[in-house]
Amino acid sequence: MPVSHTASAPEAMTDRALRAFLHGLPGVDEVGARARAQDLSTRSIKTTAKAQAIDLAISMVDLTTLEGADTPGKVRSLCAKAALPDPADRTVPHVGAVCVYPDMVSTAVEALRGTGIGVASVATAFPAGRAPLEVKLADTARAVADGATEIDMVIDRGAFLSGDYLKVYEEIGAVKETCGGAHLKVILETGELVTYDNVRRASHLAMRAGADFIKTSTGKVSPAATLPVVLVMLEAVRDHRAETGRYVGVKPAGGIRTTKDAIRNLVLVNETAGPAWLTPDLFRIGASSLLNDLLMQRTRLTTGTYPGPDYYTLD
Amino acid sequence: MAERRGGKKAGKGGAAGAAQAPAVPARLAVRKIYKLYLGGAFPRSESGRSYPVTSNDGTHLANAALASRKDAREAVAAARKAFGGWSGRTAYNRGQILYRVAEVLEGRRDQFAARAVAAQGLSRARAEEVVSAAIDRWVYYAGWTDKVAQVVGGANPVSGPYYNHSAPEPTGVVVVFAPQNAPLLGLTSVLAPVIATGNTAVVVASETAPLAAVDLAEVLATSDLPGGVVGLLTGRVPELGPHLASHADVNALDLTGAGRDAVAFEEAAAQTLTRVVRPGPGADAGEEAWLDPDPGTSRMTPFLETKTVWHPVGV
Amino acid sequence: MIFEYAPAPESRSVVTLRESYGLFIDGEFAPAASGENLTSLNPADETKLAQVAVAGPEDVERAVAAARRAQETVWGRMSGAERGKYLFRIARIVQERSRELAVLESLDNGKPIKETRDVDLPLVAAHFFYYAGWADKLAHAGLGPDPKPLGVAAQVIPWNFPLLMLAWKIAPALATGNTVVLKPAETTPLTALVFAEICQEADLPPGVVNILTGAGDTGRALVEHPGVDKVAFTGSTEVGRQIARSVAGTDKRLTLELGGKGANIVYEDAAIDQAVEGIVSGIFFNQGHVCCAGSRLLVQESVADEVLTRLKERVARLRLGDPLDKNTDIGAINSAAQLERIRELTEAGEAEGAQRWSPACDIPESGYWFAPTIFTGVSQAHRVAREEIFGPVLSVLTFRTPDEAVVKANNTPYGLSAGVWTEKGSRMLWTAERLRAGVVWSNTFNKFDPTSPFGGYKESGYGREGGRHGLEAYVG
Repeated sequence: MPVSHTASAPEAMTDRALRAFLHGLPGVDEVGARARAQDLSTRSIKTTAKAQAIDLAISMVDLTTLEGADTPGKVRSLCAKAALPDPADRTVPHVGAVCVYPDMVSTAVEALRGTGIGVASVATAFPAGRAPLEVKLADTARAVADGATEIDMVIDRGAFLSGDYLKVYEEIGAVKETCGGAHLKVILETGELVTYDNVRRASHLAMRAGADFIKTSTGKVSPAATLPVVLVMLEAVRDHRAETGRYVGVKPAGGIRTTKDAIRNLVLVNETAGPAWLTPDLFRIGASSLLNDLLMQRTRLTTGTYPGPDYYTLD
Repeated sequence: MAERRGGKKAGKGGAAGAAQAPAVPARLAVRKIYKLYLGGAFPRSESGRSYPVTSNDGTHLANAALASRKDAREAVAAARKAFGGWSGRTAYNRGQILYRVAEVLEGRRDQFAARAVAAQGLSRARAEEVVSAAIDRWVYYAGWTDKVAQVVGGANPVSGPYYNHSAPEPTGVVVVFAPQNAPLLGLTSVLAPVIATGNTAVVVASETAPLAAVDLAEVLATSDLPGGVVGLLTGRVPELGPHLASHADVNALDLTGAGRDAVAFEEAAAQTLTRVVRPGPGADAGEEAWLDPDPGTSRMTPFLETKTVWHPVGV
Repeated sequence: MIFEYAPAPESRSVVTLRESYGLFIDGEFAPAASGENLTSLNPADETKLAQVAVAGPEDVERAVAAARRAQETVWGRMSGAERGKYLFRIARIVQERSRELAVLESLDNGKPIKETRDVDLPLVAAHFFYYAGWADKLAHAGLGPDPKPLGVAAQVIPWNFPLLMLAWKIAPALATGNTVVLKPAETTPLTALVFAEICQEADLPPGVVNILTGAGDTGRALVEHPGVDKVAFTGSTEVGRQIARSVAGTDKRLTLELGGKGANIVYEDAAIDQAVEGIVSGIFFNQGHVCCAGSRLLVQESVADEVLTRLKERVARLRLGDPLDKNTDIGAINSAAQLERIRELTEAGEAEGAQRWSPACDIPESGYWFAPTIFTGVSQAHRVAREEIFGPVLSVLTFRTPDEAVVKANNTPYGLSAGVWTEKGSRMLWTAERLRAGVVWSNTFNKFDPTSPFGGYKESGYGREGGRHGLEAYVG
């Protein structure tokens, strides 16, 4: 599969050139985008296709805990769940990564050693991103030093909304540099960008600045990963690939709780960016409660009976 | 009107002998208590008060909640909260819901007819006629939801290269003082046009005959009408009216049932230029005054704003 | 990785078909006087679905007489409110039986269940709801203080939206106090016959709705019958001309909704992904069996390559196959005859020098199928740019300036629909103002609503269906 995760060093950009590029992108008609997402959400994924989709979705989950009340104990049990989602069924694949706050990275790295599961850390003063650049870079550097393989940074939405695209661009570039070998996911927080035009612009901005993934949301703002937003971002990575040859991943996060939600996202991927994106290398789903619903639906498919939540481990 | 609980049923002769067992029915009827309808729920008045309701011939029928100033305030708040959603629904959807009201009302026609006989002293035939007309009135306004804009809106042939178009929009929260002597058909005739056009309503029911209004609220509550679109207050116009008429978050008043307070309410409304519909001829008449099967647009247009949009036409 | 959608067929069990259906006259089903029948096929596999009667002149006579009787004795005298309540009732039954009707429509017509379920049936119910509401409000419709019904309406409808076209015809006619004799298309009569059952279930007075099945001869006998006051026809321009000729010199009122060769104009500043979606739904919705289809794409030269690249990628993802599969985007062509016509015209397109393209696409072995097809390098003179193909075939032309787009769009005897894609509102309005077409969609396509009038300019017919304007065709 022609995947290249090595972003070339971000080009030096002038404010004027960046603005001209972003404002020159074709518009997104809101009604049309919603209609397309709605149309694809009526796809009926059954039997063998559903089984395939469920296992794929499990392998794409970034199992997440981002609470003020997180403790090493909580993170360790989440990691155990990530490695072995269903102790009763060893055929279940492990998840894509575990996603934690920076101070929990070392705990997660320890707990996941030898499993092949990545550790993603939110960074850059997640979720608001309201901190000086040096703080954001220090946040990132520490997470990387502690062993994070993926960094989920937030963009400066204030700068974006005030038209200071260059600031956002340079910040992403600086974080990318700090990441070293760790993959960079750039969170757009689409619920605060509001329009699909903004989502498209922010997607291209992040990709140009070196993002390996573009991610919808922090999970702290509603609405989060709606289908039309994911659609617009998938169009952006598809177009970026066509222009530059580089594959950038997409990560919807926030509000994806059911198997049906997850499958609708996979259908969007399949029919928008294309099958090349149907891999955990290029598509992740940031979620927590989703995993158990996927497991329950998996059991339903294999046994034919509806399972109850008490038969699945909490984390 | 007394503000107290309980009936004053005359004692049984007084001189009954101790040996005579009191007469008890084979089965004791379960009586309904009549409450307010606020935000989709049926609470008692926050004041804890109620008042006795009697038929035209003085027989005690039940007690009704005696709403307070604070209940009125809650009703306006609930109506405002519901306005965005209700006015944002498609006209078709509002029509479907109003038609559903007619369907559910038809299913309870015996209850309403019996009520009209007992409370108003109507003949059974007249009561049936009134109930039928009330059902058909909901159907009538169900049909108006997606037509009123076509009748009162349209394209304007302005001189110049401009597209120019006017369309009606609901004004907002409408307080409806329901006709005092026409508790079902009269109420329906003033309420249905208000909500058909996308407004939300706070109804002050007929003071002396409020029970049909509460029964109707139960129909509304089971017809997919979102909570808050209609709030129902039972109580005294002189107590509730001044607060509603001067309320700055009320957009319009229908004063049909305001009686001798109508002028004072109109004056109070002037402070915030709240739209006012004065009591028309026949406002005090009984149900028979409301039988005209085609009332037209006259009860809708007072609660509509006309919005005109200009747009240039050019390459 | 390859994500292969497993078959997801909608169940046929919701449909109970009779072996054979009679004509619906005066509230009852009866065989044709001649005893003649035709067979309706499933175009997806050429299996027989049911036999239906072929109405002849005697049957037409009976049906028109029943409609006349019902109009004069019951329906025309009834209050508008009561007529409206019958139509509301019909709308509700259509909603209740919507899945049955959707499946049956897909079986008989070949269109995907996704469309019958999500487009046709909701619109059918909505159309009855909408006109139900007009029945007691005719005095407010701007058609005079007391509009009167015309009498008996003869209505002939096509096979592309069988039940929806029935609704477009019957709902306004009944709301205004007319009675009807309706002839569904020869290849798609079945949902109209279930609709006849719905009329019975609604206790609609006998004779108010009469359904005569049959082919062209039946239709001709019906529209030429001297006892009808109004003719409403949807179908080909050629038949429309014949009908227009045949009513000349009579008092019959006529409305016609005929063919089209709609232009879909894409300006360089369009929201390109949504424009591509609109192009796709404009021509591939309902296999392109749509009179208002955007069958001519007029794309600004400066973005033509980009639009075409994206368009082809998108068309390659269309899923052709079993109409009852919930994931099917392109169903079967309705009949062998229609398939033949599409083939003939596309072969002419190639012969005339246009470049033909279709995605790799598995075609089922039985049934009538045609892969989505795009012609590029098309000029105004080519047959594929001028003639209505009525199939999943798009002809792509380019333009340089807005004036040229409008001139090319209007350079056709048809004038039913057009599309305009631009993010600039004033240009959209400028273009719409100059297009000689009855419906102009901007930044969308193939949208229908009962409140919105529909109909054509020029050889696309006259009269409007839908909206307040749709009442006008049925009142005097």
